Amino acid sequence: MDTFTPLPAAIGGALIGLSAAILWLGNGRIAGISGIFGQLLPPGRTVVWRLVFLVFLVGGTFLASYLLPSLGRVTTLVAAPSWFTAGTPIWIVISGILTGFGTKIGNGCTSGHGVCGLARLSKRSFVAVGVFFVVAILTVTITGIV
Amino acid sequence: MTKSLNLPYLAVAAIAGAIFGIGLYISGMFNPLKVLRFLDFTAIPTGGWDPSLAFVMIPAVVVMFVAVRIGKRREKPAFDTAFHEPEFTKIDTPLVAGAALFGIGWGMSGICPGPAISLIAFWPTYLPIYLLALFVGSYAGAVVIPSGRDKRLAVAR
Repeated sequence: MDTFTPLPAAIGGALIGLSAAILWLGNGRIAGISGIFGQLLPPGRTVVWRLVFLVFLVGGTFLASYLLPSLGRVTTLVAAPSWFTAGTPIWIVISGILTGFGTKIGNGCTSGHGVCGLARLSKRSFVAVGVFFVVAILTVTITGIV
Repeated sequence: MTKSLNLPYLAVAAIAGAIFGIGLYISGMFNPLKVLRFLDFTAIPTGGWDPSLAFVMIPAVVVMFVAVRIGKRREKPAFDTAFHEPEFTKIDTPLVAGAALFGIGWGMSGICPGPAISLIAFWPTYLPIYLLALFVGSYAGAVVIPSGRDKRLAVAR
C-alpha cells in the first residue's frame, strides 16, 4: 500500500478534479475542503450545502473502501517522532491547530489552492502551493517523522 | 443570492462530495503515511520515495482547468446566480504565513483537511482530537484575520 501506485493515483486524481468541476459548473463554488469546513461556523445560509458535501465525502470514502477493500484502511495516525517525548496526541493537536490556522489565514489548502487555484491560474495559489509543499518537505526532513 | 436550499443545488454538493471522497480513497491520499512518503525527499537517493501524490495532483488540476475554461464561456453556474470567485487577488503576508504554517502542520502528520474529513470513514485513533484541533485552529485564524472583505483587505495592507 505504501509503494508507488501511479495508476490508482491518476484515476483518483481525475475523480477529485471531476468533483471540483461539478461543484464549480453546478454551484459556482470552489471545492476547497479547508474553506468548506472552516466556514461551517457561524452557521449562515451556506452551512447546509457545506454539511451535505462533507457528509457525502465521508460516505464516498466509506463506499469506495467497501467496494475496493484491497486498497486498505487507516486505523491509527502516524506516531510522533521518538525525540518528541510529549507523545503522539500532543503532536497531532499541534499539527491540527497549525493546519486549521494556516489554511484559514492563507485561504486554502491542498484542494482549494492546490487543485482549484492552480487550475484557475491564480497567482496567490501558485505562491501558496509552492510555500506549503516546500515547508512540508522541510518539516518531514527535519522532524524525521517517516 | 445563493439558492442554498433547493434540491438540484444540494444534489450537486452531494454528488461532488461523494466523488471527492471516492477519489481520495482510490488515489491512496486518505492514508497519511502515503502522503508522508511523498513529502520525504530524503528517501529519493535510497529509492524509497513515493511520487504518487504528484500523479494525483496533475490530472486533478487538468480536469478542473478544463472546467474553468468552460465556466468562462458561461455567465453563471447551472444552479446559482454567479460564480463565487475568491475575492483576494494580491499576494499578501497572511497568504504566505498561512501557507507556511499549514506546511508545518501538514508535514508533521501527513494530514491535510480533505483527507482529515475522509478519514472519518475509518475513525482511526487520534482522529477526533485532530479534527477538534483543526476546528480550533481555523476558528482562531478567523479571529486573527477577520473574514469580512473590507477588514481583510485592511489587514492585508
